[in-house]
Amino acid sequence: MLAKRIVPCLDMTQGKVVKGIQFVNFRDAGDPVKLAKKYSDEGADELVFLDITATVENRDILLDVVRRTAEVVTIPFSVGGGIRTVEDMRMILRAGADKVSVNTGAFKNPKLISDCAKEFGSQCVVLSLDARKVEPNRWNVFINGGRTDTGVSAIDWAKKAVKLGAGEILLTSIDTDGTKQGFNVELTKKVSEAVSVPVIASGGAGKLDDFVEIFKKGKADAALAASLFHFGELTIKQLKDYLRNRNIPIRSWYEEYKY
Amino acid sequence: MIVIIDYGVGNLASVKNALDKLRVESKISSNPLVLKKADSLILPGVGAAGQGMKNLKEKGLDKVIVEEIEKGKPFLGICLGMQLLFEKSEEGDVDCLKVLKGTVKRFKKMKKIPQIGWNQVDIKKGTNLFEDVDDKSYFYFVNSFYCLPKDKQVVAGVTNYGETFASIVAKDGVMGVQFHPEKSGPAGFKLLENFVKGASNVS
Repeated sequence: MLAKRIVPCLDMTQGKVVKGIQFVNFRDAGDPVKLAKKYSDEGADELVFLDITATVENRDILLDVVRRTAEVVTIPFSVGGGIRTVEDMRMILRAGADKVSVNTGAFKNPKLISDCAKEFGSQCVVLSLDARKVEPNRWNVFINGGRTDTGVSAIDWAKKAVKLGAGEILLTSIDTDGTKQGFNVELTKKVSEAVSVPVIASGGAGKLDDFVEIFKKGKADAALAASLFHFGELTIKQLKDYLRNRNIPIRSWYEEYKY
Repeated sequence: MIVIIDYGVGNLASVKNALDKLRVESKISSNPLVLKKADSLILPGVGAAGQGMKNLKEKGLDKVIVEEIEKGKPFLGICLGMQLLFEKSEEGDVDCLKVLKGTVKRFKKMKKIPQIGWNQVDIKKGTNLFEDVDDKSYFYFVNSFYCLPKDKQVVAGVTNYGETFASIVAKDGVMGVQFHPEKSGPAGFKLLENFVKGASNVS
């Protein structure tokens, strides 16, 4: 059986890891490559890098982080932020990332998903979808770092993106992001049931049972957290031991081997 | 010197990075002469079988690979590189390298395809390749297709994703793994290390 994945997320700006609350108020959380290596060694199953202030000037800094990360980690990682073209994606994959996530760029130009999937394979293309509840039982896609309501239903966009070739969905609930009150179980379950690709739930992890809930009730394939890990409130080992004891399939690894 | 075969598909740098981490000398190349001189070969690859075979043929690598394997050169096929060792792939209905008997099939029983993530391998065969690698270790998979070897003797490890499939095959100096050892944490690195060790004993 496939294991549920634990995915630390590294939000970056200008080559530094930061973490905000509901997409604003950033505090410095350190060097991305060091953190990536630490999580890889501690048993994380995958890493997500998001360049939250991606600009052309910062592209070289990002590529340098990707290159150095690829040299030190032993697990897959995705990189996203400001991806607009197939060439953007190629550069990041060449630098050593396993997957690239697309968000606003893909929403504005859905062909980006099919072009990238055709060029590199669906397994490389992650749709990053930021959703916010707008009325009962309705979540819309928000773009531009969660600032702009597109008016489009999150579930519809998820389905369309998968049809176009997205191989995974990184689903962030803006409502729960940074609150530490738990993942958005309702939304995650809806999206996970609507698509035929894995869903990574993001936004709101605050305690151990939140992960149990998102896997069991939310039907997530992977769960992402940032500040919980960055500020040492929870280690990956603690979390994995806890989940394993609750009969959730979790990857065991070899803590004694260091590569 | 290990040569990582460059045929224009997939993430070769990650295999190279992994070997660098293991402090093993390696080189990425698509030159048949370099392949012939290599002590052992690794055929990585992500992507479609049809494109993979087409690229191998265009670069004149298909024949070289088969010849070198016949000579007994240690060989590791990763993911698509494993699938291409078989006779035929359902993916695009293409003829492959025919080093091993059998075909490549698409998963049918699961809703979510490709399989993406960490899955367990039941290790069936005790060879040096699995030294210090525990039975039921987790490895990182990304695949929609899997190998169905005709000769069950070559199956060294199996995994379940709706159906049980051969996730490791081994015959003489040839090994194929459906997962990505270069992305599979310590278990994957241990396996790579064992392949490298075995390969250097042969040459």
